[in-house]
Amino acid sequence: MSAPSTGGASRDGYGAALLELANDPRVVVLEADLGKSTKSCLFRAEHPERTISMGIAEQNMVSVAAGLSSCGKVPFASTFAIFSERAFEQVRNGVARPGLIVHLCGSHGGIHTGTDGSSAQSIEDLAIYRTIPKMTVMHPCDDVSTKELTKQLLDHDSPSYTRTARNKTPRMYDDASVADLRIGKGSILREGSDVAIIACGVMVHKAVTAANNLADEGVDVCVVDMHTIKPLDTNLIEKISSKCRGIVTVEDHSVIGGLGSSISEYLSGSNPTKVTRLGVQDRFGESGDSEELLDLVGLTVERIEEACREL
Amino acid sequence: MNQLGTSVELLEDTAKRCRRHIVKMVHKAGAGHPGGSLSAIDLIVGLYGTQMRIDVSNPNWTDRDRFVMSKGHASPAVYSILHEIGFLSQSDLDGFRTLGSVCQGHVDMKWTDGVDFSAGSLGMGLSFGIGCAFAGRMDGKEYQTWVMMGDGETQEGQVWEALMSASYHNLNNLNVIIDRNRIQNDDFMDVQMEIGDIASKVASFDWSVKEIDGHDMQQIIEAIEWASNTDSPCAIIAHTIKGKGVSFMEDNPSFHGKAPNDDELAIAMEELQ
Repeated sequence: MSAPSTGGASRDGYGAALLELANDPRVVVLEADLGKSTKSCLFRAEHPERTISMGIAEQNMVSVAAGLSSCGKVPFASTFAIFSERAFEQVRNGVARPGLIVHLCGSHGGIHTGTDGSSAQSIEDLAIYRTIPKMTVMHPCDDVSTKELTKQLLDHDSPSYTRTARNKTPRMYDDASVADLRIGKGSILREGSDVAIIACGVMVHKAVTAANNLADEGVDVCVVDMHTIKPLDTNLIEKISSKCRGIVTVEDHSVIGGLGSSISEYLSGSNPTKVTRLGVQDRFGESGDSEELLDLVGLTVERIEEACREL
Repeated sequence: MNQLGTSVELLEDTAKRCRRHIVKMVHKAGAGHPGGSLSAIDLIVGLYGTQMRIDVSNPNWTDRDRFVMSKGHASPAVYSILHEIGFLSQSDLDGFRTLGSVCQGHVDMKWTDGVDFSAGSLGMGLSFGIGCAFAGRMDGKEYQTWVMMGDGETQEGQVWEALMSASYHNLNNLNVIIDRNRIQNDDFMDVQMEIGDIASKVASFDWSVKEIDGHDMQQIIEAIEWASNTDSPCAIIAHTIKGKGVSFMEDNPSFHGKAPNDDELAIAMEELQ
């Protein structure tokens, strides 16, 4: 694991992956007037004949994608995370229920989205998509891993939702380390045996920073990038919970229903372990820059360290 | 094509048999939607009899015409035609709405050979059909996609998103048939939410539109032929009578989603001889 380096936003990784996937003629890209934001515009520029502009109409977009899938295409549809939720029932009834493979990407996820304010800051997307049977739900932490995991969706056997972030975060992977990533398998960024931090998305680099700081205090912290929230890597959680005295989950998402909930649900039935869930505590965001907002809701390196010490 | 025969008389005979299947299925299940099945069945028989290129021995044939039954509660109408052309057996029909049956309450592509769409939530079928039409065009295939919607269904906003996008993208391999029976779940549309002049509203979204009597087989066949050969997305607004063919169900909102009892079944079967 190389040291974090400055990178792009995870949405850049989505756009880069689509370009590489274009070699497969089954791949079709759908946009809802936010292609420049989700970065599907990169695909559009090269492959306009396989890019469908749906206008500002997310419900139609998702159902059109389902129809494409039924005829052998592999559709990648994107919009803001929050607006994808408008088509939740289309995903549930029209995509997942008949077992059609559609890959939905919600960019600008989380409070990290920033100055646009609370209407654009989805803090429930991971939770709601996780409730749909057989749906894969991912939230990668940087552009490099988003690109890799999006590419792996090409032959994935279930529909998926991937949340990407608007803003740049430090790069956690390089070309060598990213090759080991697999959908559904958590990625251990730092070994440790006292406490574990399991994070996703934009909070992963803060988790690593907190763990490094705690090491100076003699606390040995394991850090996992749980880029796939569903299916959850229960083998890894089992292993970690047996080794560590407690787990801190960190996500830029409501503490209701997301990564922390999903890990708690699993552990409560297998290996009851103290879990501290850091995330957005059942509230909406507001306008501000990303770091200000994360501070506001307590998603800070200091708070992560504190939660680890408390365990 | 299929074994239904394409003459008006043969298709009318088939439609009558389908009506009997519909009423019997719903009666046996003790639940289902007879009204909208009986209003739609002449249209469905006309479509399958004269246009649908499908292969019963190869349900997933990639060049087949698609039929997207967006008003999926009228599943007995679809199952009855799939029985007539050989996709479903009598015992399949008898299993309608029972555990494990291929005849699910609402049509479902995952369960039934010959079904191209999983319905049950209104307003999604036309969008799905757009996806099928796009895929066909991208792959250079000649199949057509036919969507059937209810008139009440046009109250869903997604329908208008779909209408706008189909004409914008000039999907001339896509057609919709709207079953204009004027009744929805709770009551007549003019009590619930009247759409008014559907034809002009759809036409204003740059679709080619034709209005017909949805129980006149000759008009049905001609309209389907017209839509099939018109170089734009086409909408057939078919004026129908909910419950058509069974006197006490006709134009009766209470038979939108109610099964006939034993006595009513007997009367219906007599009327459908």
